Amino acid sequence: MEYDLSVKNVTKKFGEFTAVDSVSFDIVNGHFFSILGPSGCGKTTLLRMIAGFEHPSDGTIEIRGQDMKGIVPNKRPVNMIFQHLALFPMMNVAENIAFGLRRRGTPKNEVMPQVLTMLKRVGLPGFEQKRIDQLSGGQKQRVAIARSLILGPAVLLLDEPLGALDLKLREHMKVELKKLQAEIGTTFMYITHDQSEALVMSDYVAVMNQGRFEQVDTPSNLYNQPKTPFVAQFVGENNAWSGVVEKREGNIVEITTSEDHQFRVEVSEDINPSSTVDLFLRPEALLIEPDPSLTDINRFDVVVNSILFDGASSRLLVNPLNSDKEIIVALPQNKQYDHIKPKDKLVVGWSEKAGICFAKR
Amino acid sequence: MKKYRNWGFFIFLLPVLLWLFLLIVLPHIDLLIMSFRFEDDYGELTWGMANYKEFFGEPIYWLTFVRTAIYSLVVTFLTFVIGLPVAFFITKVVSVKYKGALTLLVLLPFWVSELVRVYGWMILLRESGVVNHLLLKTGLLAKPVEMLYNDAAMIMGLVYTTMLFMIVPLISVLDSLEDELIEAAFDLGGNARSVLFRIIIPYATPGIVSGSIVVFMLTLGNYLTPNLIGGKNSLWFTEQIYNQFIASFNWNQGSAFGFLLLILSSLIIWLGLKVSKQNLAKVVQ
Amino acid sequence: MIRSLPQSKTYSRGFRLYILLYFVFLFAPLLITCILAFNDSQFPSLPWKGFTLEWFTSDRPDRVGIFHDQSNLDSIWVSIQTAFFVSIISLVVGTCAAFLFEQENFKFKQLLYFLMLAPLVIPGVILGISILMFANSLGTLFEMQMDLDVPLLRPGFWLVVLGQFSFICTFVTLVVSARLKKFDHTLEEAALNLGANRFEVIWHITLKFLRPAILGSAAVAFLMSFENFNTTLFLVGSETTLPINLYLQLRDGSTPVINSISFLLIVSTSLLALTNLYFSSKQQED
Repeated sequence: MEYDLSVKNVTKKFGEFTAVDSVSFDIVNGHFFSILGPSGCGKTTLLRMIAGFEHPSDGTIEIRGQDMKGIVPNKRPVNMIFQHLALFPMMNVAENIAFGLRRRGTPKNEVMPQVLTMLKRVGLPGFEQKRIDQLSGGQKQRVAIARSLILGPAVLLLDEPLGALDLKLREHMKVELKKLQAEIGTTFMYITHDQSEALVMSDYVAVMNQGRFEQVDTPSNLYNQPKTPFVAQFVGENNAWSGVVEKREGNIVEITTSEDHQFRVEVSEDINPSSTVDLFLRPEALLIEPDPSLTDINRFDVVVNSILFDGASSRLLVNPLNSDKEIIVALPQNKQYDHIKPKDKLVVGWSEKAGICFAKR
Repeated sequence: MKKYRNWGFFIFLLPVLLWLFLLIVLPHIDLLIMSFRFEDDYGELTWGMANYKEFFGEPIYWLTFVRTAIYSLVVTFLTFVIGLPVAFFITKVVSVKYKGALTLLVLLPFWVSELVRVYGWMILLRESGVVNHLLLKTGLLAKPVEMLYNDAAMIMGLVYTTMLFMIVPLISVLDSLEDELIEAAFDLGGNARSVLFRIIIPYATPGIVSGSIVVFMLTLGNYLTPNLIGGKNSLWFTEQIYNQFIASFNWNQGSAFGFLLLILSSLIIWLGLKVSKQNLAKVVQ
Repeated sequence: MIRSLPQSKTYSRGFRLYILLYFVFLFAPLLITCILAFNDSQFPSLPWKGFTLEWFTSDRPDRVGIFHDQSNLDSIWVSIQTAFFVSIISLVVGTCAAFLFEQENFKFKQLLYFLMLAPLVIPGVILGISILMFANSLGTLFEMQMDLDVPLLRPGFWLVVLGQFSFICTFVTLVVSARLKKFDHTLEEAALNLGANRFEVIWHITLKFLRPAILGSAAVAFLMSFENFNTTLFLVGSETTLPINLYLQLRDGSTPVINSISFLLIVSTSLLALTNLYFSSKQQED
C-alpha cells in the first residue's frame, strides 16, 4: 500500500508543555482521514506541523515518501483549508483560485482555463467575477477548496472548516465534502472536535487526547469497539458505571457497581476478579420493558425522570429505583412506548454482549 | 414623541449650523471673493483675475507651489515606507504581551507640541548641535557641518512630525488582518514578496489612504518645520501666504494663494479617494 | 514573517534592529531636549558642563529660569485659558453635532456631515486666514453700517479661541459619535417608557453613557488647542500663546530656557496622554 502521508513519532513541545506526544500514523492514498479530539488536544498543532507552520521537536513527517524536514510551507505539496477559510477579501473568486498558480509561474494563458475547470468541478460555474463577500457560507467553502485543489496537493489539510457554518448547512456540507472527496480522489486529512463530522465523512478516524492518539480505526469500530474509556465517552453517548469484578466465568464477568447493581458483562480484555472497572453502555443498548423470556439480560427497575423528545433521537432520562444516578435510554418512536410518562416505573434491561468494560489503571 | 423630537432637534441643530456656517462656509466664501478683488492703478478695489495672473506670472510663486506639492507627496510616501514595517511589527510580529506598550510608545511623542519636537531636531542637527559635537569628539568629522537649513533636513522633519498619522491607521487596519490570510498565502506557494504586495498592502489600502490623506494635508499646510529647519532656499507655500498676509499686507493676493492651496489639497485628496475607491466618511472612521 | 510562523534569525534580528532605530529616531530629539534643560551652560548644546536647575529657578539677569520668565509664564497662562475655552465650546457643540448626526434624520444631513468633516482636510493655515478675513469683513461691516466697534472681531484672544474651535470641534464630534453609535437605544426607550421626557433622558441616560468619550475628547481638545500653531499664527493679537511665543524666541536664537519649558511640556503632556490612554483602555474593557 502506498502512503500519501506518513508521520513517525512526531513530538512538539512548547517550553514545558507537550502539545503533541510521539504520534505516528499513515494515510493511505485517496483516503478521507480525520483526527477527532477535544479543543486543546494538539490536533491543530499536528496539522500545522504537516503544513509546515510549526517545526516538530522530534520525529519525521513524510509526504509521498519525501522527508519534509527543512521544507518551508510554500514549497510543500500539501494545501490547507483554514478554519475561517482565509479567502483573500481584496480579490475576486477567480483571483483567489489563481493565486497559487500565479505564484508557481504557470503561463498566463493556462491559468484562466484551469480556474474555470476547477470552478465547474466544485459546482460554481460562472462565479469567477464574484467578490468574496457576495458568496454564501457554502460557496465560500467550495472556493477555498477549489483554491487548494487546483494546485494538485498530495494531501488536503482541513482545519475544522465547517465550524463557522450553521447547523443545517453543516449537515449538508458534510455530505458534499464526502462526495467531492470521493469524486476527485485526493487524500483528505480533516481535523475536528465534532464527532458526527468525523464519523460521517471519514474512512479512518484517529481519536486524539492530550497530545496522543487513543485509537485509529474505522468509524464503526470506534463506535462499537472503543479501545479506551476516553474513546467510549468521547465518541457517541454512553452511560457509565464504575464497579468491582466479583467473579469471572469464561468471558463473562460479574460486576457490582458503586450503586449496588449486579451486572453480567461479556469482556474480551483480560480482567481479573476484584479489579475495579469502568463499564460503558450505549443508550440504544438499553431495552425498555424487555421480554421476560429473554435470557442473558441484565434487568433493573427505574423511575422515569423526564422525556427528551427529539424525533428519531428521542431519549428517556431515568433514575434507578432509590438512586439519583441519571441514565439515558433511547426511546424509539415506533408508537410502542407512547404511554410512558414522567414518574412511571419501568424495567429496563441490556444484553450481556452490549456493555464495554475497561480495567481501571 | 414627535413633539419632543422637534425642540431637541433644533437645540442640536442651531450650534452646529452656527459653527459650520460662521466659521467654515462663510469664511471660505469670503476667501474666494477676496481673491478676485485687487487694487487697480488708482488704488480702487475692483473685481478681476489679477491675483491669479500674478501667481502664474511670477515663477517664484508657482515654483514654490509645485515644489510644496511634490515634496508633500514625497513626505507622504516616505512616512508610508517607514511606517508600514513599524505597524506590521507591532501588530503581527512582536509577541502580544508587548503590543500595548509599543503602541503607547509610538504614540507618545506626538502628544508633545510640534514646536518642541522641531526644536529637538534643531539642537541635534545644527552646527553647534549635539550630533556635530559627538562626531567631532569621535574624530569622524574634522570641523562642524551645518546639517540644518536644507531640503533633506526639512523632509526628515516633516516625516517626523506627521509619522503618527500614518502609523495609527496602519496599526488599526493591520490589526484586523487575520494571521490566517498570510498563512494561507504561504500555504498556496506565496513568498514574502508576493505576500507583501498581494496580501498585506491590498488589505491595508483603506488605512494607507486615510493615513496618506492626513499626512499629505498636514504636510502641505505645515508652516513651522519648513520655516525653522528648511532654511532660505526651501521656501514652502504656506510661507508665501504668511508673507502676503503679515509682511506685505496684501490680503487679496494672500487669499488667492490660500484658495489655490485649498484647491490643491482637495484635488489630491479627491484623486486619492477616487483611485483607491474609498470615500471620505469611511476613511475618517 | 508573523508570530504564528517560524521565522529565520536574520529576518527577526534585522526587523528588531529596524524597530530599535525607529524608536531612537522617535525619541532622540525629545530626550536631548530634556537633558539639555539641566546643562549648566548658556547654550542648549554639548559639552556637558554639569547639572543645574538654574534654567528653572534662577533669577539672575544673565540667566532667567522659566519660573521667573514673565513673558513665557504669561503665554503659558494665555494658552491654558485658550485651551480651556476651546475645550468647553468644542465639547458642547461637538456633543450636539454627535446627537444631530447619530440620532436625527433631516434633509441635507449628508451635506452637513460633509461640511462637518471639511476641517479635517482644510490646512490649518487656510482656516486661519479665512477666519481672519471674515472677521475683518464683518468688523468693517459693523463699523460702516452701525458705527459699532466689535473687539471680538479683531485678532486677539477670542478670535484664536474661535479659530481653534472651528476644527477641534470636528475631532470631538467624531469621538463622541463613535461612542454614541454603540449606545443601546432601548435604554432611552425604557426611560421614556418610565415617564422621562427627552431632555431628562439625555441628561440622565445618554450623557452618562457618553461620559468617557466626552472626558477623553476633552483631553484631546485641550492638547490640540495648547499646541496649535498654524491657525493661531494668523489670529493672534498681543496676547501670544505659548507655541507662538516660543516660535518668536526660536527665530531670534535659543537659550536653555526653551529646553526647560519643553521639559515641562513633555512631562505634563505625557502624563495627560497616559491618563487619557489609561481611561480609554478601561472604557474599552467595560
